[in-house]
Amino acid sequence: MATVLAIALDVAESTSLAAFAQKYGKPFDLLCLSEEAPTDLGASTAISAESFEVPPADALVESLRQLCEGYDVIATSASMFGKDFGARMAGALNRPMVGDVLEIVSEDTFVRPMYAGNVLATVRVTSPRFVTSVRGTAFSTPERSGSSAKKSLAIQTELRTKRIGVSAKEGGRPDLTQAKVVVSGGRPLKDAETFERLIGGLADRLGGAAGATRAAVDSGIAANELQVGQTGKIVAPELYIAAGISGSTQHIAGMKDSKVIVAINTDPDAPIFEIADYGLVMDLFKAIPELMDKAKTS
Amino acid sequence: MKILVPIKRVPDPYARIRLNADSSAIDTTGLKFEINPFDEIAIEEAVRIKERSGSEVVVVSIGAAECEEQLRKALAIGADKAIHVETVEKFDSLGIAKVLKSVVQRESADLVIMGKQAIDDDANQAGQMLAALLDWPQATFASKVELTDSTATVTRETDTGQETLQMPIPCIITTDLRLNEPRYVALPGIIKARTKPLDKIELSDLGATAECNVEVLSMSQPAGRSSGRKVASVDELLEALRNEKGAAI
Repeated sequence: MATVLAIALDVAESTSLAAFAQKYGKPFDLLCLSEEAPTDLGASTAISAESFEVPPADALVESLRQLCEGYDVIATSASMFGKDFGARMAGALNRPMVGDVLEIVSEDTFVRPMYAGNVLATVRVTSPRFVTSVRGTAFSTPERSGSSAKKSLAIQTELRTKRIGVSAKEGGRPDLTQAKVVVSGGRPLKDAETFERLIGGLADRLGGAAGATRAAVDSGIAANELQVGQTGKIVAPELYIAAGISGSTQHIAGMKDSKVIVAINTDPDAPIFEIADYGLVMDLFKAIPELMDKAKTS
Repeated sequence: MKILVPIKRVPDPYARIRLNADSSAIDTTGLKFEINPFDEIAIEEAVRIKERSGSEVVVVSIGAAECEEQLRKALAIGADKAIHVETVEKFDSLGIAKVLKSVVQRESADLVIMGKQAIDDDANQAGQMLAALLDWPQATFASKVELTDSTATVTRETDTGQETLQMPIPCIITTDLRLNEPRYVALPGIIKARTKPLDKIELSDLGATAECNVEVLSMSQPAGRSSGRKVASVDELLEALRNEKGAAI
């Protein structure tokens, strides 16, 4: 009998939750809500939602509460979805929650960030039954093996909350938290059109995703969901290119675990250079077109 | 309508965080404290609703004596009444949510607006837990709020963009950055707010207890990334990325 239930929005979250559960070392089941649950991630049972329409948190928690009662540990992703749903589930189950897990120390002890990633806290949960959310950037590559038993699950689509509108990002680019390359821009990009042409253009050229600072998002240059930082997305790509970004603590908290960081900024004293592997003191309006020109097509 | 806004006293978000000698907690020497920025957005939203439609705004904080400073500021922004649940006990998010549930019931609040996360522990849990404990609908990460007497229509941020939810009141809304820009409150406003009521109560007055099932064993600070080097041109950058990092760029 599995003791851990991993609840994922999609296949990407399933992958990182499986990596977490494998490391945690106890039998686990995997529930995937918006796509077919993968059966090669080592889960005892791969449970897929019957309809891939994911309801608002109140209906989702109501639908899954009974199922969750049967497991000691409920694991969700530390995505906006996982935070919205997971913490409500913890409340509904009357269980404590350890969020944003970066490292497993033992079955009840974990490392998680605080203070915008400036502190790593080792925390122990003193209840044997708890909820956790897992940073996808810290658990990315599960072992692929075996084949899970398959099950499907009906989920109530609506309780009291109605979803009356959805605006999703335009397709085409990889998801910010999954991309191998992220090109991010700050306020010097001036306007949405310039941001798209330069940051979007270089991202496309490198097969990557576009990101932005909070300042760029606040001034309407970039869409909300592109924000990288403490209160936005946490990313850790192979290559992070920061253009016209000074490097606030807030922003750095969201990208400092990237493997290679490149900073392009006209101010040689910008704090971003203190964490960049390569710093180019140059006007981004010159540097980015030149990079687009000289980089190999992905 | 009665709106309850829970607020937390946190270190200045721009301060440099250091650990104390035995790495059990952060070093608070000389640290300035503020209202958690997301909670300030929540106060601002509640006060704007009050200014539009005449609601009552009650702020509550759970913590040591010093929290009074942040409650006074919330009153200066425009809240009508403050409740200080004075305690030095430790809580986890669920423990806080349980105390807040008692406050919601004691005050017969119709709506709770609170920050999506506190910038000290960065948990992002208490609002959702409170919603579950009260069995109220929730709209987290709100960027736009429209209310009628019986419904809340909330645009919220999601992993892939935004969605709009409509739910009956009572409900819980947690605030994201883009919901509003809190007003500036000058010193005279803060002094004037001294005449507004601030109730000090204890956990026992609420029939509540301190609960903490997630304990911090130790803290460390991540080794900072060492700075690399400056390159002089795009060509040098590409060469370094290709030769030193093996990047296919």
